[in-house]
Amino acid sequence: MTQDLFRNMSEAIIAGDRTRSAALAEEAVRAGLDLIEVIEKGYVPGIQRVGELWEEGEYFLPELITSAEAMKTAMAVLEPELARQRIKARTSGKVVIGTVEGDIHDIGKNLVASMLQAGGFEVHDLGVDVALDRFVEKAEAVGADFICLSALLTTTLTNQKRLIGLLREKGLRDKYKVLVGGAPASAKWAEEIGADGYAENAVSAVKLAKSLAGKA
Amino acid sequence: MIEAKRPKLELLDRAFVERIVDEGLTLLERHGVMVENAEALRLLGEAGADIDRASQRARLGRPLVEKGLASTPSSVTLYDRRGEKAFVVGGDEVHFDPGSAAVAMLDHKTQEERKAATRDLVDFFKLVETLENIHFQSTGLISTDVPAAASDAYRLYVGLRLSAKPFVTGTFRVEGFEPMRDFLAAVRGGEGELRRKPLAIFDACPSPPLKWSHLTAQSLIDAARAGIPSELISMGMTGATSPVTIAGTLVQHVAENLCGLVICQVASPGAPVIFGGSPSSFDMRKGTTPMGAIETMMIDAAYAQIGKSLNLPTHAYMALSDAKVNDPQAGFETALGAALGALAGVNVISGPGMLNFESMQSLEKLVIDDGICAMVYRLLAGIAQRDEPVALGLFEGLTPDMQFLSHPHTRKWYKREHIQAGLVDRDPYDAWVAAGRTSIVDKAHADVAIRIGRYATPPLDDALGRELEKIMTAYARSQGADRLPPLEI
Repeated sequence: MTQDLFRNMSEAIIAGDRTRSAALAEEAVRAGLDLIEVIEKGYVPGIQRVGELWEEGEYFLPELITSAEAMKTAMAVLEPELARQRIKARTSGKVVIGTVEGDIHDIGKNLVASMLQAGGFEVHDLGVDVALDRFVEKAEAVGADFICLSALLTTTLTNQKRLIGLLREKGLRDKYKVLVGGAPASAKWAEEIGADGYAENAVSAVKLAKSLAGKA
Repeated sequence: MIEAKRPKLELLDRAFVERIVDEGLTLLERHGVMVENAEALRLLGEAGADIDRASQRARLGRPLVEKGLASTPSSVTLYDRRGEKAFVVGGDEVHFDPGSAAVAMLDHKTQEERKAATRDLVDFFKLVETLENIHFQSTGLISTDVPAAASDAYRLYVGLRLSAKPFVTGTFRVEGFEPMRDFLAAVRGGEGELRRKPLAIFDACPSPPLKWSHLTAQSLIDAARAGIPSELISMGMTGATSPVTIAGTLVQHVAENLCGLVICQVASPGAPVIFGGSPSSFDMRKGTTPMGAIETMMIDAAYAQIGKSLNLPTHAYMALSDAKVNDPQAGFETALGAALGALAGVNVISGPGMLNFESMQSLEKLVIDDGICAMVYRLLAGIAQRDEPVALGLFEGLTPDMQFLSHPHTRKWYKREHIQAGLVDRDPYDAWVAAGRTSIVDKAHADVAIRIGRYATPPLDDALGRELEKIMTAYARSQGADRLPPLEI
């Protein structure tokens, strides 16, 4: 019975069915199941399969984003219940993410934020055109593990470098892992500016963050 | 004599065009467009649009849009800097201009992209001035050695010093409009004369879906009042910022562009407007916006057909590529776009020289693309009857030793029937080997140097040159930039 439920949860995520993933989460709450087990055995295998389907070239961005959103709607049901039961869900880490100042492009950044969240990270999305100070303030306030910076324009890409400078100035560089992404960014760029990593797409961003968090 | 038929591409059935326009109008009426500009909202409101100030949304009823369409000229005539040569933007006329506002150059030597500086801008304008199939200049590069606050006007300043061709340009900031208009008016000797003989088109892009930003709405208003043609650049990305279906994206395109058109018309009835765009098929794996995708070109050809059905001049970003160097992809995407755009009768085709999703210009590509444009113009000229009868006369008295090559008929017509190869390779194999197996890119690189070397600045009156410099310096200073790079012309 529970196994069936877990399989259905996983399938709802793979199908990107928001209504169903939320309904199944409600069912689990009503049945008084161990919600940590529900997440880890029901939903997580689904999002992992989605990542595989992406890598196999079967899934494209629309599937990726709808599955991530289905994961989000399920978590929106489970999280308040976990809080009520005073159970702390295990997070893979805390992430502060945004598109750097001067740049208003958010499609890639939103995808990465959604996939990180679906991958079990606590994500604080600051949106677009984010002043560099705000990344640092937010990271300090929430006790982040990662600062993720997006930029689509070659003209704003340099702000990723400036953020690292800002962290050094404040003596905070070693406190956070800084990950960069966006069309003009590259692994070479990440190395050049002293970032902790670069990911080409949302799926590899999750892998990268997990491996840096020691949870791959 | 039977005249040449203008070959023409129409992707949409007439009923489909009407249906898409109808849905676009319904969208404007029911859902409306967000306009983040108080003056535009006020003008639209006064003209009868339903304005919701809190959400900055304007709903435009059909009568308002129809009135706007009625007062928009069906064609615009641009004039060169001398005010002599005229270019009609309307009907099925086709003019190419380089893809605009690239942030980088492809460096031929390293085959890497690099930031552009003023000296690149100078080379770019000089080269384009020599390319006969590229009728308009565009402010196609952003020089990074100029403070960003003054970079929009600076591109036009340098261009006007170096070139006599009309310009496709645009503002990056609201403040940029005034000096840019002042340059153009100075060239013409007054705003009235500029209105009579437009020298430049200003691009303005709505933000998909269904929004005109403060900057772009202001550009529409300012340009309309100065009689400067505005090019409406709607740019939905299928499945990302507009419906994933091509027809669905066209509905949004119509709504966004017609809202822009109405803003121009309520600011100044009769203002010239061009129905343009830069939409794209959105790549569902890479998350990029390929301008060389066949679906992008289909959207372009289709909205141009729609623009024509509304009796408007048209524009598109075609004849460009997403390749990163001048490789086969750069050539075929550019050629396909140039041909399809021209066959669709797009009046202004912005693209030559451009690589990497509208972000990188290549001088070598400009020269190669000029050759593509030459082929396209030949295609558009079609096939005409030159003789009566067509050929029978030639075959009268046909003997086995008759030579077409030495026939007077051949000499009479070959230059009008056939264009010269330009840079493309038509050598026999051995000759190609003997000549060093040179690629078209290497030939283009050599041609760039030759063209820039023989470029001569079109005469510019000294007093006018000083006036332009004065406007530029004052604007740069007002933006906190006291020093501009030396301009070596």
